[in-house]
Amino acid sequence: MVAIAIVKIRNLFAVTMLTGIYSLLAASLFVVMDAVDVALTEAAVGAGIMIILMLGTLALTTSKEKNHGKGQNLLALVVVFITGGGLIYGTLDMPHYGDPEAPAHTHLSPHFTQESVDEIGIPNMVTSVLASYRGIDTLGEAVVIYAAAVGVLLVLGSGAVRRRRKDDPKANPKANGGEERS
Amino acid sequence: MEWLGLYNYWVVVVLMMVGFYIVIAQGNLVKKIVGLNIFQTSVFIFFISLAKLDGGTAPVYVEGITEYSNPLPHVLILTAIVVGVALTAMGLALVVRVHELYGSIEEDEIHEQDGKH
Repeated sequence: MVAIAIVKIRNLFAVTMLTGIYSLLAASLFVVMDAVDVALTEAAVGAGIMIILMLGTLALTTSKEKNHGKGQNLLALVVVFITGGGLIYGTLDMPHYGDPEAPAHTHLSPHFTQESVDEIGIPNMVTSVLASYRGIDTLGEAVVIYAAAVGVLLVLGSGAVRRRRKDDPKANPKANGGEERS
Repeated sequence: MEWLGLYNYWVVVVLMMVGFYIVIAQGNLVKKIVGLNIFQTSVFIFFISLAKLDGGTAPVYVEGITEYSNPLPHVLILTAIVVGVALTAMGLALVVRVHELYGSIEEDEIHEQDGKH
């Protein structure tokens, strides 16, 4: 799969492109699983903004990854396989895919799917849950984005200021790329 | 063939472990962030697959249809995707800063330079 190729390829530019393809595949998987809103967001955000952010970073840094010794990779593989085995063992008790008796479908879901159209008046249930039943969550999300934007500006902005002060006065502060466009 | 209904979790676990492997075994900081993204997407797929209901359709009201997928995980994942992008932006900004300070985005080279001081 694409994810495996990302592990192997050392040219970070190609990795970025593969990330886009991966996001697109994930989005189509979401459509298959009836989550159209999520698929839209994933396609726009994962395949769009993420690529811009990563290309901006690569432009500011370097796009070649260097070769490493393989020393610790074996240990990492062992850890990964043990964790994965534990997780797969944990799935044996999980409800099956699409099972109507699963706990996820018996508690709040009937209320949302049967009554939200009358209660909120929006045919798209995802929208009514997002904006009304869980509106505080969405507010928190907006706060997180704001905090991230401020953080990115602080991290990148202070560097430009310091460089200007220390090295030579006429050095242009480097453009901050697309980073703050979160 | 009872256990075949669990395959969605196995896809998630495999993706998650690929992401995990990238994060712990690769030295390049940009690649680590890509690994985090893969890990994150596996969690998204996990939630969305939990929301799927046999015979249900996408949760948009249509006359005459009573079975829909569970909209709640969809909402949670919408929030998570956006938060994930904010995190990615933050991480990449830190990578840019590290590159300004050390001239490298390889973990071992950064450790070497730290050792000299």
